Amino acid sequence: MTLVDPGTPTTATGVPEVASAPEEIGEARPLRADVWRRFKRNRLAMVGLGFLIFLGLVAIFAPLIAPYSITERASGQFRQPPSADHWFGTDAIGRDMFSRIVYGARVSLRIGFAATAISVIIGLLFGALAGFFSGVTDTVITRVIDVFLAIPYIVLAVAIASVFGRSENAIIIVLGVTGWLAIARIVRASFLSLRRLEYVEAATALGFSRTRIMFRHILPNALQPIIVIGTITVGYVILAEAALSFLGVGPQEPTPAWGLMVAAGKGSLTNAPHLLFFPAGAIVLTVLAFVFVGDGLRDALDPKLK
Amino acid sequence: MTSYIIRRLLLIVPTVFLALSFLFFLFFTLPGDPARLIAGGANRTIESGVIERASERYGLNDPLLVQFKDYWSRTITWDLGESFLTRRSVNDILGEKAVASIRLAIWAIIIEIVVGIPVGLLSAIRRYSISDRLTTIVTAAASAIPVFVLGFVLQWLFAVQPNKLGWPEWAKLRTQGIGPDSWALFFIPTGDQWRYLILPAITLASVSTALAARMMRGSMLEVQRADYMRTARAKGLRERDVIVKHGLRNAMLPVVTLIGIDFGTVIGAAVLTETTFSWPGLGSEIANSVTQRDLPVVLGLTLVVVLAFALINLLVDVSYAWFDPRIRLGKGEH
Repeated sequence: MTLVDPGTPTTATGVPEVASAPEEIGEARPLRADVWRRFKRNRLAMVGLGFLIFLGLVAIFAPLIAPYSITERASGQFRQPPSADHWFGTDAIGRDMFSRIVYGARVSLRIGFAATAISVIIGLLFGALAGFFSGVTDTVITRVIDVFLAIPYIVLAVAIASVFGRSENAIIIVLGVTGWLAIARIVRASFLSLRRLEYVEAATALGFSRTRIMFRHILPNALQPIIVIGTITVGYVILAEAALSFLGVGPQEPTPAWGLMVAAGKGSLTNAPHLLFFPAGAIVLTVLAFVFVGDGLRDALDPKLK
Repeated sequence: MTSYIIRRLLLIVPTVFLALSFLFFLFFTLPGDPARLIAGGANRTIESGVIERASERYGLNDPLLVQFKDYWSRTITWDLGESFLTRRSVNDILGEKAVASIRLAIWAIIIEIVVGIPVGLLSAIRRYSISDRLTTIVTAAASAIPVFVLGFVLQWLFAVQPNKLGWPEWAKLRTQGIGPDSWALFFIPTGDQWRYLILPAITLASVSTALAARMMRGSMLEVQRADYMRTARAKGLRERDVIVKHGLRNAMLPVVTLIGIDFGTVIGAAVLTETTFSWPGLGSEIANSVTQRDLPVVLGLTLVVVLAFALINLLVDVSYAWFDPRIRLGKGEH
């Protein structure tokens, strides 16, 4: 799993010697190929990636895969267990669960990626500002982050959700504007260490503007942790959407959001557990896939860490 | 050390002030009229004059800044007001809910310590073994399952199934409410109480236990590579002593921090677990009050949650310095 043999002693600072394994020495390879080669070795990450590709295809071709529409009701067939007609059974008003879960992939991926994009943009901006300009800017931004971290996340999300309403776009905004704190902290930490390096000094000496130094010089070098946390965040956004649905401030019917289906299924636990287990399974597998891919990316992008 | 603690305590004040002020103003931008709610609900037809009287009574007609000033001058003297909905004093609600929350939190943390640390430790010692791989997958899964889904699965396994299969009465666990509410020494369940406690405690502990196990594993793997571990082995100590006395002590530090912070978090943020099991704690009370716009309850309970979180974090940082003498608090900060 790692390039460095686990038993190999590292130097006192924890940084292993460069090119410790013989296979590392050889002709130069582009970084991307190198990362992919390391990523491929991580079996869980590859399984996760495979599942995400599968999920993406399901979302794209949902109309071709789903045998029914998301609102179509089979008359008289309420809470039917899985059968040949309805692979995942039917829900409380006779809609086909399989079709709704297939279409739900679209909703979850859309919410997951869009909200993460918002979080990454806000977190990147504030984290970069705080890390690059230390002093007052840093203090103010760090304080703001501390204040928001002090408020219980769900309280914040529920309160903001009651402002923005419950449309799918509103949920994206709620999850986006509440999810940037951790990202900002990570970005701040990398900017803080990177801005002291020589190439930043060189760029400053060349008279480049601070914006250019921040985003053209430092940012590309700070991207790795952002990619990793971004990937994992997509998974956690999908979890948070489920939590909001459960508390009654998530997306509304008839949106086929998985979290909403789980929340609706909780009442039929005794008689029709499949209403809970199928959408819950979809959430768990998707979140796991994002986490595994994120972990795999971390190891592949930064072999020093292992 | 003392000056560090005082400085940290002083820093808590603006954080709490800003957090509560933010919530205060956020609530005045929410759609809907709190006076209407006080007068008896959002959709009912209300006698004329009732809304006006309610607004008058709670000062809701004053300019926002005046209300804001009033709120803080009352809060500083710990006058948290009364619920808009039930007219109960917020201090009463607080007393009742906080106790239930703290009891549940204590048990979740006990599970986190008793399960998380040994599992992570074993996983690190037997790296790449089957049990290590299994741990990796199970801990990842535990943090990927929505908390309430885990709660429902547990309810189904230990409450629904036993009923269907006719298990003996003592083996059936309870899934709703706090039960007889009988405790010894504040947190030890007596009589039937454990049957109500066990499922919510496991559910609440799941995510943090998984995190603690992962962190313990990572931390122990790092420590395994340290020079003093090699020295300890080289001088012929038993492997058990090497692991426990030299390894575990050092590897525990970040895990202790995590568990401390978790304790601060689970007191106020157990919303999903509490809602799933109808456990009458702070988190679900806050969430309910937010959706019902019961402003005094939201602000009063959040104040306590935020204070508890900040104080516990401070305690964790201080104890960290005590555990690890290399850390000098308040000196040489960047």
